[in-house]
Amino acid sequence: MDLQTVTYLVVGASFALYIGIAIWARAGSTSEFYAAGGSVHPITNGMATAADWMSAASFISMAGLIANMGYGGGLFLMGWTGGYVLLAMLLAPYLRKFGKFTVPQFIGDRFYSSTASTVAVICLLTASLTYIIGQMTGVGVAFSRFLGVSSDTGIYIGQAIVFLYAVFGGMKGITYTQVAQYIVLILAYLVPAIFISLNLTGNPLPQLGLGSSMSGTDVALLTRLDQVVTDLGFGQYTTTTAGSTLNMFVYTLSLMIGTAGLPHVIMRFFTVPTVKDARSSAGWALIFIALLYTTAPAVGAMAKLNLHGTVNKAVGLETAADGSMKVNPEIIKARGDVYAPEASLEVEKRPEWMKRWEKTGLLKFEDKNGDGRIQYYNDKTKNADAKAKAEAAGWKGNELTVNADIIVLANPEIALLPNWVIALVAAGGLAAALSTAAGLLMAISSAVSHDLVKNVFNPDISEKNELLAGKISMAVAIVVSGYLGLNPPGFAAGTVALAFGIAASSLFPAIMMGIFSKKMNKEGAIAGMLAGLAVTLFYVFAHKGIFFIKGTDFVEMIGGANSFFGITPEAFGAVGALFNFIVAFVVDKMTKEPPEHIQHMVENVRIPRGSKLVDGAH
Amino acid sequence: MEHGGKTYWQTVVGLLTKILIVWFLISFGAGILFVEQLNTIKLGGYPLGFWFAHQGSIYGFIALIFFYAKKMGDIDRQFDVHED
Repeated sequence: MDLQTVTYLVVGASFALYIGIAIWARAGSTSEFYAAGGSVHPITNGMATAADWMSAASFISMAGLIANMGYGGGLFLMGWTGGYVLLAMLLAPYLRKFGKFTVPQFIGDRFYSSTASTVAVICLLTASLTYIIGQMTGVGVAFSRFLGVSSDTGIYIGQAIVFLYAVFGGMKGITYTQVAQYIVLILAYLVPAIFISLNLTGNPLPQLGLGSSMSGTDVALLTRLDQVVTDLGFGQYTTTTAGSTLNMFVYTLSLMIGTAGLPHVIMRFFTVPTVKDARSSAGWALIFIALLYTTAPAVGAMAKLNLHGTVNKAVGLETAADGSMKVNPEIIKARGDVYAPEASLEVEKRPEWMKRWEKTGLLKFEDKNGDGRIQYYNDKTKNADAKAKAEAAGWKGNELTVNADIIVLANPEIALLPNWVIALVAAGGLAAALSTAAGLLMAISSAVSHDLVKNVFNPDISEKNELLAGKISMAVAIVVSGYLGLNPPGFAAGTVALAFGIAASSLFPAIMMGIFSKKMNKEGAIAGMLAGLAVTLFYVFAHKGIFFIKGTDFVEMIGGANSFFGITPEAFGAVGALFNFIVAFVVDKMTKEPPEHIQHMVENVRIPRGSKLVDGAH
Repeated sequence: MEHGGKTYWQTVVGLLTKILIVWFLISFGAGILFVEQLNTIKLGGYPLGFWFAHQGSIYGFIALIFFYAKKMGDIDRQFDVHED
């Protein structure tokens, strides 16, 4: 069977599975719609949380980012996992004990103020909507690359699928489809990684393969990679950082706090039966996430070595008779010369997968020195030795550009894996994007139907009508997010940073103070949220324009790019959170204590006994 | 709700503080602040600091959450505030 047919079959089968689950898990009550009836097993919830959390960006882009950034890419690995420790210890069990459906509801009740709740709804909607644009475009990209339909058609199909299981199934339908989606996406990620690790190191576990020697030699894979990239004028893989140590520190912290404060992740913990389950479920979620997150750095490093090995024979990889990449121990032991004229790949002999990806425009080359071979190196290097060698060899500039997303998507082709593995990667990319989109839609629709329609506009709404309102707002959210995916605003790329910045600077501190500071009052919490939000937006807008409108940036006014101790706007969420805490405590000291019954409520939230099913009642 | 002179909440906050210190040390400490010093040590083919940033911190986070969940269960029973 040809690749296209196999891909249609595998992706079609995965969609049929999701729809089947949706029919089985229809939601009949608001409790099932918002919190899956509070009956999800902690391990099941962990798996659903992992799929919820791992987006198109984690699945497709992260390994490529790490391949490009080297050691510095660790900020994504630590930042996007370390937040689960904060979530498990500081938020999840207490919010579960509180026993309501949404994050704004906790903030509104704890700070006895519908203003606080409305501020939280605005933060939630901004963070979730900016996040979902990326998922919708991800769905479109995956469809167009693998199924040969246009990106727009891909988004329509994606919308239809999510509509079926999210609108009818609510949180219950989403939870069980996310479990299926997790299984699809993790298989799709691990299978190629295992094959590649075996090829290069003989060790089937990528996590161990990355720390092993190249097959048939005693040269460690990472040592070899460091040699190759520094010979070619790039920074050393295992030590290169992005920006200053302080920036990496703050960036990592921002991602951690942001992760713990993202509403679509937090609300997954309302679905487990007990406080005890909420604690362990975060651990299970992290195990399932770690399966991908500890594999990603191996995929990144190995794919980078494979790529260099494909275009330069002196790297010590060669194409075996069947076309797959194999290690040549002799060349590695001798540390071949990457600048030798015959080492570079002849254009005519380039492998099939390169030709396929050239068509997508994600991989390009240009024979600048007209020698009929491809040279891939850093022509802007500051390494004088590499520069001199490249000039002596007659190299006239880097001839190959590779989009970072190829690293995962083309991996099975580079390693010459069977067609069903390539089809599985397509299904996995779609599963990652759809599962995250569904989780975000749930957060958006519950904020609208429960926190706005029920709690602000119409407190007397019947359960049946609230369920209907929930389904309608879900449908509207799907249409809006699809529209934004079809017509992505020019700023789409910069907005994920904003989602984390908002979650870190507004929601996380407010929830945490609500639990850990019994005396925190509504004035303090509202002032803190607004201050954290304002400072973060100010810094991001200064760099990227007011509401991301081109030409309205005012970075010179604040003293130039990254003027705040060299911190980039993406890394600013932690600074915003600090502002939030400081402002909240100062205002709290100047205003009067929260009422007695609120302090009792906090004491009650702190102990597990008396937990009941999540019901959202007042 | 007192036990050994400490309230339930003081005991919980004490546990959280200890876990957060370890959380900080394995990620920000070993993976960022002291990465150069640790990279002089090898763990198989991994420089140790690099390993913490790309692998070790994540394993540590998982261990910390399960340790936390277990310890909290013990504390809940000790103070008789556990769920039935």
